[in-house]
Parts: sequence; C-alpha cells; structure tokens
Amino acid sequence: MAITTVPETSRKPGRPPSPYSARSQRTSLGRKVRDNLTGHAFLIGAVLCFVVFSWYPMIRGIVMSFQRTRRGETTWVGWDNYWRIIADPSFWPAWRNTFYFTVLALVLGYAVPFFVAVLLNEFRHAKGYLRILVYLPVMLPPASALYLFKFYAYDPSEAGLFNAILKALHLPTSQWMQSPQMTMPAMVIASTWMNMGGAVLIYLASLQNIPGELYEAAELDGAGIWRRIVHVTIPQTRLILALLAMLQIVATMQLFIEPLILANGAGAEDSATSVAYLIYQHGFFQNDLNGAAALGVIMLVVLAGFSAGYVRLTAKQD
Amino acid sequence: MAQDSGTRTLISQAQISRGRGRVIYWTLLVVVVVGFTLAFLGPLYWMVTGALKSGQEIAQTPPTLFPKDPRPQNYVDAWNNLALAKLLFNTFYYATGAVLFQLVLDAAAAYSLSKLRPIFGNVILGLMLATLMIPAMVLIVPQYVTVLDLPILHLNLLDSPFAIWLPMVANAFNIFLLKRFFDSIPEELMAAALMDGASSLRTLWSIILPLSRPILGVVSIFAVTAVWKDFLWPKLVMPSPETRTVSVGIYTFAGGTPMNVVIAASVIAALPTVVIFLIFQRNIMSGLTTGSIKG
Repeated sequence: MAITTVPETSRKPGRPPSPYSARSQRTSLGRKVRDNLTGHAFLIGAVLCFVVFSWYPMIRGIVMSFQRTRRGETTWVGWDNYWRIIADPSFWPAWRNTFYFTVLALVLGYAVPFFVAVLLNEFRHAKGYLRILVYLPVMLPPASALYLFKFYAYDPSEAGLFNAILKALHLPTSQWMQSPQMTMPAMVIASTWMNMGGAVLIYLASLQNIPGELYEAAELDGAGIWRRIVHVTIPQTRLILALLAMLQIVATMQLFIEPLILANGAGAEDSATSVAYLIYQHGFFQNDLNGAAALGVIMLVVLAGFSAGYVRLTAKQD
Repeated sequence: MAQDSGTRTLISQAQISRGRGRVIYWTLLVVVVVGFTLAFLGPLYWMVTGALKSGQEIAQTPPTLFPKDPRPQNYVDAWNNLALAKLLFNTFYYATGAVLFQLVLDAAAAYSLSKLRPIFGNVILGLMLATLMIPAMVLIVPQYVTVLDLPILHLNLLDSPFAIWLPMVANAFNIFLLKRFFDSIPEELMAAALMDGASSLRTLWSIILPLSRPILGVVSIFAVTAVWKDFLWPKLVMPSPETRTVSVGIYTFAGGTPMNVVIAASVIAALPTVVIFLIFQRNIMSGLTTGSIKG
C-alpha cells in the first residue's frame, strides 16, 4: 500500500508506545517502513471487506440516488428519484408508522428492560435462571418467533393465545393484525419480546457497577426506594441509558421483518408499512433500485438529524 | 458476572431478611419467576406442543393446553416438505464459513490495530467504528448492487457463499471487541516475544491467540447466531432454492403450507441457536456486557 511509504516525519507525535514503534525510533527508515507494511498486511483483509461492502456502498448509495438506470443505461436525473419516492402514496404512512413504532418501542422496549433489570438486580435467588429466560427469545431466528406470534398469539378468533387470555380475564378480544389500530402495538409487543434480553443484560451489568455506598448514604439520608432509584440508580447508569436509547432508535427505525411476516408487508390499510419495507418494495419488487437508494439516503439524513439533536440535548445536560 | 454476594444494591440485605421485607421479597420473587416463566418459556412451550396438534385442534376454542392426539407427523412433514435438511445444512455451512472468515481477518486486523499500530491505524479504526452508526437498511440497495457486480473484478456473487461471508467480516463491533481484549494483554509479553526474535505472525499465533480464547469464542458464537438469525440479506443474495437459509426457506414455504407444519419447521430452525445458547450462555452474556460497558 502506498500509505506505508510515507516518510517518518508524518508519524503522529504522542502515539502510545508499542514495542515495534519503540524499536523503530532507533532504527532506519527502511525498518520503519517494513514494520508499517507488516501492520497493514494484517489489516488488509478486513479493510478490503469494509471498502467493498461498507464504505464504497455508502458513497454508491448516495450517487445512485441521483441516477436512473434503465435497460442498462445510467443517466443523471438530479432529484427525480427523491420526488418520485415522496410522491409514493405509501411514503407518508410509512414514516408515520415508523415513528409510531419507534415511540411505542421506546416506551415499552426501553423503560421495561430497565425496570426488569433493576428488579432482577435486587433478587438474591433464581437470578441466573431469570437472566437466561429473558435472553432466550433473542436467540430465536426472528422468522421462527414471528410465525409463533402470527399463527398462535395474534389469531383473531378466540383460539388465539392472546384472545384466549383476554377472554379468560373477561376483557374484549381483539382482531390484532387485522385491525389497523392494533397492528403497531401488536408488532411492538412481538418485537419487544424478541429483543429486550440484550438491553436487560447490559443494564444488569451496569447496575452491578454502582458503588453500594451510594445507596447506603442515600438510605441514611432517609431516601425511600423510589427516591434511591431516581437519585442514585438512574444518574449512575445515565451513560448506558443514553447509549441504548440511541441504539434503540437506530434499530427500531429499521423495522422490517415484523411487518413482512406478521402483516404480509403493508398490513390492513397500510397500517404496517415501514420505511424499511418501502425501501425493499421499491428496490426489489418495483425494479426501482434508484428510488430505494434515495429513500435510504432520506433515512440516513433523518437518523443523522436525530443523533445531532440528541448529542446536543445530552451535552446540555452535562 | 459472578453471583454477587454481599455487594450492596438498591435495597439492603437487612431490609430483605427482616419480617415484612422478607415476606414482600419472597412474594415478589415467586411472582416474577412464575410470570417470567409464563412470558418467556410459555410461548416456546406453545410452539413445540402446538406443532404437535392437528389442524382442527389448533383452531379449537378455547385452545387446548396439551395436544389431545399428538401428531409427531407434523415435524416429519416439515422436515420432508420444506427440505429442512438441505436448508439447515446451507445455514450451517454459511455460519461455519462466517466464523472462519471473521476469526482470521478480524482477529488479524484487531491485532494490527492493537499491537502493531501501523500509520493511519487510528483513522482506519475510526472509519470502521463509524459504520456502526449507519443502519443496515440504508446500505442494503448499494450493497446488493455491489454483490451483483463486484468493482474491478466484475464477479457476480449471487448464490455464492462469499456474498454472506465477506460482508460479515466488515463487522466493526467484533473488531472492537477483539481489539479491546488484545489491548489488555501486557506490552511486556510482546516485547519479550520481540527479543526472542519472533515475527509478528508468530507472536499473534503463539502469544496473543492462546490468551484470547474466551473472546474468540464469543466472536464465534456471535457470528453463528448472526448468520442464523439474518433474514433480508440472505433472502436477497441467495435466491435459488438450493442455496436458501433456513429462515428464508420457511418464509418462502409459509404461504402454501399448513400452519402447524410451518410452526414445526420454525421449532426445528430455532433449535440450533437455542442449544448453542444453553451451552454457551455464560460466554455469551459476559461477551455482551464487556463489549458494551467499559468502553
């Protein structure tokens, strides 16, 4: 690689010492070049994979969104792909559904794991068992788990598991995926069940790092359980809470397999169409890869806007 | 993640072991254990036994708790009609290759970034970590187009296992996990190896890798489960019936197959990952938490 022939003056000062670089300070330029070459030789395989399957597609996606390929001929079309995708009647419903899902998933998939973790952390018994239980669904292939929900739990007749429970509790049963109002909550329930294990484990680990003296001091000051959670637990796990909120938003914005399997894609009255599903629909069914690329870029911009606002928000708090 | 005993948590040990606190603690514990068992194991029980019911019994109101007339035939049908043996073999093959490619290329890269530290190494690491912020859905279209016609080489990787193996290598999270582990290996060991005249490759092979067995195990398990759980990417790049993965195969057949057979197939598809999890749960959980916490 050309990089490794850069003269030694361009070496960054203040790099942490490594036995290899320490040696090369005393030795010749040739030695240094060789050490760098060795280092890059170990990197090259992974870097090539990143170039071909990650960095290049990123740029290519943006380029594609301004082009149109028809019958093997590629031309520049400016913003045409963007206008076409925005004009798709499913465009706004898809965004509305995706945001709705993100908000519901934040309420359910973000707060619930935290309190589950707080609860589990207090138990002196059966902790390992409960931890395994919570994480078990994460290991199921999503397709398997979703067929379970589709056929058994969300069966709109009274033979469905959820309806049977509702009926036993003398509550009104639901049409689940056949009702546009219940589509999203039903998908959030399935998604939370499948995915919350990871968050619970991460919270549990961070809860275990809280120094016990803090709780003791709070208790001596007369703080009850709730106030100890608010004034000790939450501030002490703030960083992890913030990080997981961001990761959760990125993950839920990509909602795809839930609508595909539970709602056969669009669902009743477009109530399940997500942005990710629309990308798939345009790219692989309507033969409109360029439009799909444009929607991908829009999604990236929205997420970047989210993260920027989020970073500003959390920076202010500190 | 040892069973923490003695460390003070939200509620003190004293409060739990005394009269009223003790009653509340035990009630809550029982409620949670029963509740979690129902919520997380219940659906799995439903899945396994439901697949044993006849089509008639599944539609019955109220649903039966035990299959009245168990029909293991559903599992046999699923195995035969969906060609599950072939699907499972494909998925297993892709998973094994993904583990090998990730272990070799990502461990080498992490070793270089952690110990050899070539020039621009930090820039490369930064660019790799930046990909963690890009949602996979954004890249799916350009990635697919790239696989159809690889730049420079002009190869079409459709239906080739490399279409799964190579993108799996571009996994910043695993490189980060490995690098952090390698970082914790003392530099003195490296220096000693250097004094003895060991080459970089030799050092990696005889010193770093033997010390890193736990993290290599974690990365392997993550690779296997990632391949097993992935859906959209294998659906796109493995379109032929002969190359499908098990999740995609079930999805393809779900339309025209009785639902108890689909569920039976889902149970069989889920079995390998569940067994892996039950065997390696300690490694998986420690890998998950070390990767995310101390960063």
